[in-house]
Amino acid sequence: MKYLLLIASDPTLPSPEPGDDSFDEYMAAWSQYEQELNDAGVNLGGEALQGAETATTVRHQDGTTTIADGPFAELKEHVGGYYLIDVDTLDDAIGWARKLPVGTGAVEVRPVFPTDEF
Amino acid sequence: MRWKSAPCSLPTSSEGLTAITPDEALSRVAREEGGRLLALLTDRLGNIEIAHDSLQEAYTKAAATWADAGVPDDAAAWVYVVARNTGIDRLRRDTAAGRRLASQVRVLETAVAAEAADDAGDDGSGVEDARIDEQASVSDDHLRLLLLCCHPALSRDTQVTLTLRLAAGLTTQEIAAALLVPEATVQQRVVRAKRKIRAANIPLVIPADLHERAAVLTTVLGFIFNEGYVAHSADAGTLTRADLADQAIRLTATAADALPDEPELAGLLALQLFHRSREAARTDSSGELVRLADQDRTLWDRGMVARGFTVLAEALAQRQLGPWQVQALIAAEHTRASTNWDRILRYYDTLISMSPGPVPRLARAVAVAEVDGPQAALAAVDHIDGLEAYHLFHATRADLLEQLGRDTEARSAWERAAALCRNPTEAAYATRRARRIGP
Repeated sequence: MKYLLLIASDPTLPSPEPGDDSFDEYMAAWSQYEQELNDAGVNLGGEALQGAETATTVRHQDGTTTIADGPFAELKEHVGGYYLIDVDTLDDAIGWARKLPVGTGAVEVRPVFPTDEF
Repeated sequence: MRWKSAPCSLPTSSEGLTAITPDEALSRVAREEGGRLLALLTDRLGNIEIAHDSLQEAYTKAAATWADAGVPDDAAAWVYVVARNTGIDRLRRDTAAGRRLASQVRVLETAVAAEAADDAGDDGSGVEDARIDEQASVSDDHLRLLLLCCHPALSRDTQVTLTLRLAAGLTTQEIAAALLVPEATVQQRVVRAKRKIRAANIPLVIPADLHERAAVLTTVLGFIFNEGYVAHSADAGTLTRADLADQAIRLTATAADALPDEPELAGLLALQLFHRSREAARTDSSGELVRLADQDRTLWDRGMVARGFTVLAEALAQRQLGPWQVQALIAAEHTRASTNWDRILRYYDTLISMSPGPVPRLARAVAVAEVDGPQAALAAVDHIDGLEAYHLFHATRADLLEQLGRDTEARSAWERAAALCRNPTEAAYATRRARRIGP
């Protein structure tokens, strides 16, 4: 069963930048997390995204599309990255979501529609 | 630390069903065995939606069949076998889910063939495998179902509704009345929850983070008991939805039995037993509320009190005190012939240190009144914020004001309490107290 872990956080909160003392530690935590995903054989890919200020939204409505600057949901928290994992159950997916080295933020766990049900 | 069979004086087995009407027999099976049957069926069928639908269908078949043929000796086993076969047929017919299901059906057919072979070796009744009371795994099955209903990925309202619907086997109509929500809302919650359980693949397992999950389960069971203990239903008329409270006790006993290392569950069970023991004394012959201090203690169910003390002692022996155990200690103190209010005050201090909030502080004020008098208690009550919409806040104030001879304020506080009560018995009591003060 595939799950998407959508990682969101508040961009106004401080996060380590290259050159900060804590930056190496921060990056090491992410590398280690990814290594654990790989070791468990559940990692189907994941990336960090550029800031929400770089987002463009293509909105579909009644057969036409409009293009607008910004993310589709104006929330305090912005999606900043994702992992796609393949595990047995929601409990396993929640377990991986909990382990993510997100300082302050939220992870939305979404099951991927199973293709074998079509 | 296991109170295996009957956790209290509630009937928990289906024996003796033949002496009653088919309708009564069926409703007892649904109430008392429904959760276990569903747990077992979900485990065998691997799909809670199909298990639940099949169980409902089996109830319908039972109603029709038993009316003519009489109630079978082991009614629960009869229902189980019919539901299981219905579920397997449904899985076989159901092509929507494709390949995965096809392999699941093959596994099931093998398993059922094995069950059938076992049956043939027994008395030929075909239900030997379903003597569910005697199966060692039943308590685990039931626990897994309870934990699924109380999964943290479901909202609190959904957890409560699912627990009542699936684990306790109440009807959507009963749940709607108990929770004061429209029946359609209950139905919608159940449908959505079952859909999420399936789509997100929430597993029916004993989870790795069992301690954390047990805490959620305890909260949900506590909520259900509170709803039952003081039903809010305006049309209920009587103070207690005894059925709901009994269901909460039954579920809590099941959970506490399956999770002996979770003393908070046992604490909650003890609290429930103490409260429930006073049922007969809580209202007088005309159905009016009788306060604890005025109750006829000979009407208390002493067996249930004793059971409460046993359960609480075992919980406390584990030395992991929590808010439910402290509340049980307070309730236990109230069962004694002469109440030690100093001790109760200390318990409330402990409770407030564990779960700060205005409601325990309000309850503490009642103990303050006993120890330091109404003036000190009123000062404490007037320092509590956030309870202006809570009827007991005004009732407590009213009582203290009355003791201090401040009649005008007392009367308006009783009237305020009456206006805020959702339970008609409690509202009538507050109105009576307001009138007693006079104009």
